[in-house]
Amino acid sequence: MTNYLLFVALPYASLFIFLIGSIYRYRNRGFSVSSYSSQFLEGRRLFWGSQPFHWGLFVLFFGHLIAFLFPKSVLAWNGEPVRLLILEITAFAFGLSAFVGVLLLVQRRLTNRRIQIVTSKMDVVVFIILLVQIISGLLVAYHNRWGSSWFAAFVTPYLRSIFVFDPQMDAIASVDSLSLKIHVVSAFTLIAFIPFTRFMHFLVYPLDYTWRSYQQVIWNWNRKRIRTSRSHSEGRKSTNN
Amino acid sequence: MDIRSQIAMVFHLDKCIGCHTCSIACKNIWTDRKGAEYMWWNNVETKPGTGYPTKWEDQEIYKGGWEKNGDTVSLKGAGKFKGLKNIFHNPHLPVLDDYYEPWTYKYQDLFTAPEGNDQPTARPVSLVTGEHVDVQSGPNWDDDLGGSPDYARQDVNLDKLTAAEQEAMFQLERMTFFYLPRICNHCLNPACVASCPSGAIYKRGEDGIVLINQQRCRAWRMCVTACPYKKTYYNWHTGKSEKCVLCYPRLESGQAPACFHSCVGRIRYLGPLLYDADKIEQAAAAPEDQLVDAQMDIYLDPFDPEIIRQAKENGIADSTIEAAQRSPVWKFVKEWKLALPLHPEFRTLPNLFYVPALLPTMAKVNDGVYDSTGKSLWNGVESNRLPMRYLASLFSAGNTEKIVAVMKRLMAVRTHRRSVTVGDTSREEAAAALEEAGIDADTADAIFRLTSLATFDERFVIPAAHREESIEMLESTADVKGSTGFGFKERPQRGL
Ligand code: HEM
Ligand code: SF4
Ligand code: SF4
Repeated sequence: MTNYLLFVALPYASLFIFLIGSIYRYRNRGFSVSSYSSQFLEGRRLFWGSQPFHWGLFVLFFGHLIAFLFPKSVLAWNGEPVRLLILEITAFAFGLSAFVGVLLLVQRRLTNRRIQIVTSKMDVVVFIILLVQIISGLLVAYHNRWGSSWFAAFVTPYLRSIFVFDPQMDAIASVDSLSLKIHVVSAFTLIAFIPFTRFMHFLVYPLDYTWRSYQQVIWNWNRKRIRTSRSHSEGRKSTNN
Repeated sequence: MDIRSQIAMVFHLDKCIGCHTCSIACKNIWTDRKGAEYMWWNNVETKPGTGYPTKWEDQEIYKGGWEKNGDTVSLKGAGKFKGLKNIFHNPHLPVLDDYYEPWTYKYQDLFTAPEGNDQPTARPVSLVTGEHVDVQSGPNWDDDLGGSPDYARQDVNLDKLTAAEQEAMFQLERMTFFYLPRICNHCLNPACVASCPSGAIYKRGEDGIVLINQQRCRAWRMCVTACPYKKTYYNWHTGKSEKCVLCYPRLESGQAPACFHSCVGRIRYLGPLLYDADKIEQAAAAPEDQLVDAQMDIYLDPFDPEIIRQAKENGIADSTIEAAQRSPVWKFVKEWKLALPLHPEFRTLPNLFYVPALLPTMAKVNDGVYDSTGKSLWNGVESNRLPMRYLASLFSAGNTEKIVAVMKRLMAVRTHRRSVTVGDTSREEAAAALEEAGIDADTADAIFRLTSLATFDERFVIPAAHREESIEMLESTADVKGSTGFGFKERPQRGL
């Protein structure tokens, strides 16, 4: 029963909350979507926290994604022990980097007076989730070797079953590892909290900057045609206001 | 040719009295809010001085503006690659201490302090943390050369002068300063727009005002780095960047922006200029000594029938063209060539032009004797109080010829008017000065009139279109029947 709650109900609930909540916040509460950078108030310690934290997460995120999307390739790569070792050590190093980063960020938030002023209640939640998530992740990696291989065998089928609406939790529930279970549960908790916290900021990663032209000029009305009403005939409105 | 219209500005520095009324008018309307207390969308600096934020002109520190890169330009400290690489921590971001920690006073203490032997005092408290602060600096700490050794001598523009020239500037007898009021330049090649990863900053096509969409800003804080004038500010409370909006709601209803309207010295002029958007890139990438000329080439003659025809074809309203013809900016910048852009070497093509301060000398110090018995009333422009090279570093990317030409014109107007109204300079002398400056007496009179006697309507020529279409700028009128017509319907509160 508990297993069912944690590995079936929670994932669906959190994915649902995530989807509806993020779309609502993005569309109707656009002003509140921000990374809430605090570098302006304190820059030096942020560097030592934010850089290792984000780059660590960046790599780990894509690591998880690849293992989820292409489990066979990961297994094939791991066929050679040296390559397995390289992969595991790299992943663990970036995990440690994220861990050190998040510790420094927490310390900065706790001790810098200016940063305390811009720390909300939800930021406390954010850092608790992140600490649980990263620590449990490191424990899994350390104790349950070699994760990059069994991830493909246990976690990928489970996650896939969630996404095809045919939840199969047996594989994951049968694994005898508390840290892995915590890691999965806290991951879905994190997802549920995205719409209510600063986690929103990675959903709005400015990918389109890479292809848009540098300068942006926006006309509020079509300067060569008489403006038309949205409700009476077609004619495009500026999307920027 | 792609003709567009731009609201442009002229500040006449000889007239600025450094009263900061403009800054206060702006603060009262726009930045008297939590997180914005430290922002001065309009600020007034004393030159020589380090300005606000401290040493903002030194792009070795702040990496603002564009760099020439072959036939085009690229951002110095931001852009697609650098911006996304530095998104987690921006190494070139000015922080609060580069501006100053805003503060207020605990006025209540004056009333609630218990009786004692001393006068109660209102201690300063930080507007960020609410705690007591020892005030160390402010946005105009070096006003009127206050604390000059620490501030004025750090002025980045002094680097272009020889040691002797610098010493001369700080000799007690010669010491001089002028005020430099600054707002956003609403540039033709805005570095802030180009640097914004989320595409929240844009230039309005109709009038060229540069705005930040508060709904789309994500606090990637690249614009703060990219603007070489440091005229975008990060609101640490709302997590959004903000900048001067040129009081667009006032402009749209036909009023001058607050800092213009309130200017005590009446130094400010505003009006549209027509320009050719196709030439922007080429002008921004011009060699340094030709930057001013290249920028001037962009602006088009609003009296030329062919320009008028093409402007109309491009959807520019008749009222805007008519305003461009009456624009005081057109006169100062193009017709009379008296106003120059601030730091054109930043290559953003700013639309705020300055008539440099003349500061002539009427005497010479010879062996400690103050000698005012020269041949003419004023000494030549080369012996002005400010070295031409200093002004050139500010207003012409180091091209002193440009500055000397402006100075000669300004001087000629003075000599001419002196001979007309006072009569102690001879007609011949005035005629010679005009001749040398390349203007005739009528032009000198027109310059004099617009400089000294201009009425409100002559100083601010705001195209009528804005008044009539103020709602249409934002929405189609049919859609907003019965509503206010403004897009921002959510409370601007910090989120989670
Ligand atoms: C690639 C996507 C991401 C980008 C572009 C990004 C960018 C940023 C930026 C600009 C900040 C503000 C730093 C400052 O104070 O100046 C920030 C802070 C933060 N980010 Fe991210 N981030 C990303 C992904 C993530 C992810 C995946 C997480 C966690 C799941 C995360 C968690 C945080 C946290 C907790 C902070 C607050 C740090 C602090 O000020 O204490 N970010 N991020
Ligand atoms: S002055 Fe700065 S903020 Fe204003 S338009 Fe130019 S680059 Fe942008
Ligand atoms: S109000 Fe006018 S005169 Fe006074 S400081 Fe501002 S620009 Fe100068």
